[in-house]
Amino acid sequence: MSSIKIELRQEDLDKIHEICDSFDNEPLELINVLHRTQEHFGYLPAEVQEAIAAKLNISTAQVYGVVTFYSFFTMTPKGKHPISICMGTACYVRGAEKVLDEFRKELSIQVGQTTADGKFSLSSLRCVGACGLAPVVLVGEKTYGRVAPDDVKAILKEYE
Amino acid sequence: METIKLTIDNKQVEVEKGTTILDAARKMGIDIPTLCHMRLDDLNIENKPGGCRICVVEVHGRRNLSPACITKCDDGAVIRTHTPRVMNARRTVMEFILSDHPKDCLICPKSGTCELQDMANRLGIREIPGQEIAEMSTYRKDTSPSIIRDLDKCIMCRRCEMMCNDVQTVGALSAFNRGFMAAVAPAFEQNLEYSPCTYCGQCVAVCPTGALTEVDHTREVLRAIVDPAKTVVVQTAPAVRAALGEEFGMKPGTLVTGKLVSALRELGFDYVFDTDFAADLTIMEEGTEFLTRLKKFLNGDKNANIPILTSCCPGWVNFFEHNYPDLKDVPSTAKSPQQMFGAIAKTYFADKINVNRKDMVVVSIMPCLAKKYESQRPEFAVDGNPDVDFSISTRELAHFIRQANIDFANLPDSDFDRPLGESTGAGVIFGNTGGVIEAAVRTAYELYTGKKLSRLEFTELRGMEGVRQATIDFDGFPLSIGIAHGLGNARKLLDEVKAGRSKFHAIEVMACPGGCIGGGGQPLHHGDSSVLKARAMAIYDEDRNKPIRLSHENQYVLQLYTEFLGEPNSEKAHHLLHTHYFDRKAKIIVKQ
Repeated sequence: MSSIKIELRQEDLDKIHEICDSFDNEPLELINVLHRTQEHFGYLPAEVQEAIAAKLNISTAQVYGVVTFYSFFTMTPKGKHPISICMGTACYVRGAEKVLDEFRKELSIQVGQTTADGKFSLSSLRCVGACGLAPVVLVGEKTYGRVAPDDVKAILKEYE
Repeated sequence: METIKLTIDNKQVEVEKGTTILDAARKMGIDIPTLCHMRLDDLNIENKPGGCRICVVEVHGRRNLSPACITKCDDGAVIRTHTPRVMNARRTVMEFILSDHPKDCLICPKSGTCELQDMANRLGIREIPGQEIAEMSTYRKDTSPSIIRDLDKCIMCRRCEMMCNDVQTVGALSAFNRGFMAAVAPAFEQNLEYSPCTYCGQCVAVCPTGALTEVDHTREVLRAIVDPAKTVVVQTAPAVRAALGEEFGMKPGTLVTGKLVSALRELGFDYVFDTDFAADLTIMEEGTEFLTRLKKFLNGDKNANIPILTSCCPGWVNFFEHNYPDLKDVPSTAKSPQQMFGAIAKTYFADKINVNRKDMVVVSIMPCLAKKYESQRPEFAVDGNPDVDFSISTRELAHFIRQANIDFANLPDSDFDRPLGESTGAGVIFGNTGGVIEAAVRTAYELYTGKKLSRLEFTELRGMEGVRQATIDFDGFPLSIGIAHGLGNARKLLDEVKAGRSKFHAIEVMACPGGCIGGGGQPLHHGDSSVLKARAMAIYDEDRNKPIRLSHENQYVLQLYTEFLGEPNSEKAHHLLHTHYFDRKAKIIVKQ
């Protein structure tokens, strides 16, 4: 019931409006708008969702519903070095879960979270098409194959 | 009309092409169980996400079972609704739903009126296999001034979401997350208080479980009643008398005014008054304000704020404060009848009986949940002492009566107390969509033309259509009136006002479908719109039975003006009976 006030920088607001305008402010283009906005900001914080909702003339609840439905969209900023662990069938049976557990332990974060210093974020994905290298880990653009839990410390060290 | 023939449970039926299996079966008297599906006929309201799968049936030749609520009938189809396969599937679906649902039926506020509980009973569920190892999804409980959200009990039927978005266009609620973690909530899972929620309560009115319920204030009321230092005054809204009987097994549309008054006396209220008195008072204030604006408008004043919008409905007030703050000078400044009553009770009446306002407790019985929030608005209090202390719904009153061991159905009839219990037929019809404007027309006509009305019933203003319009002949002047019930319909009329295209002189808006009779605090209709229509008829019957049917002929209202207020829209009347509105639209601020 109480009035909501959100704050955004002018340049960010302009960017959101530019993206919405490029889709004719059509509510049915919401997913595309979110896609482009996340591409620009790296994530979709609450203020950005409010601004999109206002511009497309739809409810913020609806925008939030779509953001939380698709696992591609995220409300937390990705780390400087985003880590993705493949949990596809081949990687999974060759121990990807143990590798993931090790990353969680080492970084003290859960899947979908980012370390407090903003350096690393953790996510899981389904099959990168390199099953021969299972289990596979991606850090940024770099691919690591046949990763064992014992390798995790060394991988992280490369980015210190 | 193209028709098709099919067989359901070995019986032939002919239906219009496009009919669903569910409707075809219902036409034959076969009651296929449904849970997420809900439809209010004539109000254009339907929820059929086809999500719960309780309504599955076997269609000959199809590999999978089909949900009856969204599957259209094929010509020549052979359908069976109670084969072992169907019944097993239904039971399994129900077991899955229940495995992630709290088992606290004994202490649930919805117990006894819960559709999930009824369904478990109907399907004969006696155990929930695997429940000892089943994980339960849990969520933070959210208590707002009017509504409690307990999402642990949400079964994702999405009726509330449909009501909030499609019917009301409020947009406070949306489904979020997916799978096991999915539920319905405001954006960012904030509390309702920080959303555009209007507290209309239509989500509560359609929730099949205990996930959405009203904040219960009956204990506070009881405490006030037993406090010897307090004088407790009760007012009851028009729509309550047309629905309360349903809670005690009476037929929808049974008028229980006399029994209601007796029950309130037995509960121990010191004075039993009628909000209808304040409805008559509202007509005096709002009608006068309207005629003043109309005269300005007819003299060519562009800032006359025509059309005037009614302001009795707190859900509607919340809606325009959130969505049309730029139009906040257009609605009448008259307070709602509930608040007018409170203001008069704690001044005029308190003086009359020589009671300090701090020792007086005003309770309202309302068909509405937004009234709870309205009574808590800071501008409706004097030095922190609210004009209306507690607002309880029709449902809460029914619980209260049962707890007090009162045999409601066999109570004798009795009359409201004087002076604030006297009302006219015009005050009564406030409970129906179109009723406020009809009451206003009756009085405005006589004041404007100086002539007596030849007829009192303006049937052209009545009905269940979402947006209605009528032109009333004001002795040669065609007065153009718009009516909307349901906030989505109100939005249509508001957009026209905003664009400067509205051709109306006055517009009535009620937030709930059907008006107050369909309010969020009424006995649950469970998707049966005939219940709403029966209540509407009861309200018109009550009007017809009243000896006086014009607000400006209410002797006690006139006495209030002579003894206390002076005349309608006087300075004192403005101070006590009028209000102002706030801009509550979400704001985007540029960070420096």
